[in-house]
Amino acid sequence: MGTGVEDVQTFDNTKPAETKSDERKVVLSVKDLTVGFGSKLVLDNLNLDIYRGEILGFVGASGTGKSVLMRTVLRLLPQRSGTIEILGVDYATADEQQRVALDTRLGVLFQHGALFSALTVKENIQLPMREYLDLPQSLMDELAYVKLEMVGLPPDAADKYPSELSGGMIKRAALARALALDPDLVFLDEPTSGLDPIGAADFDALIARLRDTLGLTVYMVTHDLDSLFSVCDRIAVLGQKRVLVEGTLEDMFAFDDPWVQSYFKGKRARSVVTDETRPDGESEK
Amino acid sequence: MLLNLSRKKPVPSQPAEIKAEDLPGGDGERYILAGEWRNHSISPVLKAFGDLEKSSGSGSLEIDVSGIDGIDTSGAWLIRRLMSAKAEQGRDAKLVGAEGTIEELVGALPEKTPAPPPNDQDKRSLFDRVFSPVGKTMTEFAGDFVAAMHILGSAVRGAQLKFGRGSGVSPASVVTHIDRMGVRAVPIILLMSFLIGAIIAQQGAFQLRYFGAEIFVVDLVGILQLREIGVLITAIMIAGRSGSAITAEIGSMKMREEIDALTVIGLNPVGVLVFPRLVALTIALPLLTIVANLSALYGAAVITLVYSGITFDTFLSRLKEAVDFSSVASGMIKAPFMALAIGIVAAVEGMKVGGSAESLGQHVTSSVVKSIFAVILIDAMFAIFYSAIDF
Repeated sequence: MGTGVEDVQTFDNTKPAETKSDERKVVLSVKDLTVGFGSKLVLDNLNLDIYRGEILGFVGASGTGKSVLMRTVLRLLPQRSGTIEILGVDYATADEQQRVALDTRLGVLFQHGALFSALTVKENIQLPMREYLDLPQSLMDELAYVKLEMVGLPPDAADKYPSELSGGMIKRAALARALALDPDLVFLDEPTSGLDPIGAADFDALIARLRDTLGLTVYMVTHDLDSLFSVCDRIAVLGQKRVLVEGTLEDMFAFDDPWVQSYFKGKRARSVVTDETRPDGESEK
Repeated sequence: MLLNLSRKKPVPSQPAEIKAEDLPGGDGERYILAGEWRNHSISPVLKAFGDLEKSSGSGSLEIDVSGIDGIDTSGAWLIRRLMSAKAEQGRDAKLVGAEGTIEELVGALPEKTPAPPPNDQDKRSLFDRVFSPVGKTMTEFAGDFVAAMHILGSAVRGAQLKFGRGSGVSPASVVTHIDRMGVRAVPIILLMSFLIGAIIAQQGAFQLRYFGAEIFVVDLVGILQLREIGVLITAIMIAGRSGSAITAEIGSMKMREEIDALTVIGLNPVGVLVFPRLVALTIALPLLTIVANLSALYGAAVITLVYSGITFDTFLSRLKEAVDFSSVASGMIKAPFMALAIGIVAAVEGMKVGGSAESLGQHVTSSVVKSIFAVILIDAMFAIFYSAIDF
């Protein structure tokens, strides 16, 4: 391994993330993306940019194509037209080496974990390492434990099979596998769904902490208003086959669209907002 | 944008490097780390790194990380491990030249990972090691037997729904399964039996020719096919075709908690899932056996006509003399028993499927193996029984 990795833009994460500076580096850039099945268009000329070191929360009503967009970006679905550049590489025009290099810089947490049921948690984490890295087994074992520790799993979870884990542990183990190669860009598909509120808050904090220490960029599809309010730097709303609006929470409140208004100003959202902005509380936003 | 695809190598990637040198004062060491400490670039340095980790020295220790351009958890973990190792030697290692993130990253990692579990040798005696698997297999077999009896009992009792609605079984479900396990198996059973009848007839004809008794090939094929081969081959085929399907269906429903959902709703999974399949198999297998027998006899008739010139008329009249009611009945009686065995073994194995895809595969395999074994065992037992009662 080692060849080809240079071809993909690498980010020096030893420098602190400058999310708010003018020269924000684009990690993922989607331009004029059109995706459809049969005669039905799901996404039509969609544009989206994600900048380095940010956590982008992606929302949208059910069936608007959030999953389709994520799967298209990950090239699990074909696109009709448009370009997708990840870390400066367009997969469609990239050569084999660049593609492999790109694959090692992406991590994906699927909604239901998608851990391999025939492998233990440790083996799941080591699978990408084995494939791409030239490291001795003892170091891979240690790294697997380090990843487990980072996602907040006890060491004895390492030798368990996915069927022996609880829902929250599966999410954490799957995140550990997504982080196995220290990717630059992580896709999270509903990371907090199915977790209790405390577990979900822990998970949000975990993602924010990983972003800060590892310089991750996070693309998060979520319906969890708490996550949106607490950890997301920017929010994008998908609707009418395109990105309706993207920006900060204030932009969401200001945007005039019935769905966006009811989503961010509904009863559930209000309770979260008031909690967050209570005078004594340390409000994030 | 700052990305330039034509640029082949945007940043020349430096593999990780490590150097040790004495501190100017002479009372300590400094390790100088340089290059890229990422997971794909650290492997060249691992050996030197391990040596430094084990090396003993005294005095203060500085780890100079200012030369590092790019680090991830793998690199940070190595640094962390080095610091812990030196701390255990009683030396205080300091990070020098760290910008905020490296220190933060190193600090976020655990100090040590759990030691690899001791490679515990099997300390049991030879006697234990030989006989404990045997014992386990036997208790497992006993468990299987009890489970099989449970399923058989549930089947005899009927679908067992709550509030005594139990005696009925849904005819639609049974008919569907007869279609799937019986009707759709007809073409392959026809073809296979035709060939088997033909092969037996051909071999028989060649051997009997030495004695000038070619006509007796009709007796040979008729009796062999109707008493033994027809039902046996059909049952083995169905065990492979439908037994595996039953195990896979029930097993994947078990995996996805559908079985539990049935129980909670108040339906008995054995009644809802296994019973219709058992009934369908018990109806389908005898019918398929009849089809198989006819096809095999036809195959034999064609072959004897071609190789020995025995016409269909002669074949039929000879067959009528050779085969009596007991030959036909003794074969057919076995069919429902074999069908039950296949269905029960498949259901028991399906219920044993655990959480993983691997376990599903294992149990489907063992379902087919066990049900074929059961079919042959039943055939042998019937052979002994028939000869004892002179049937």
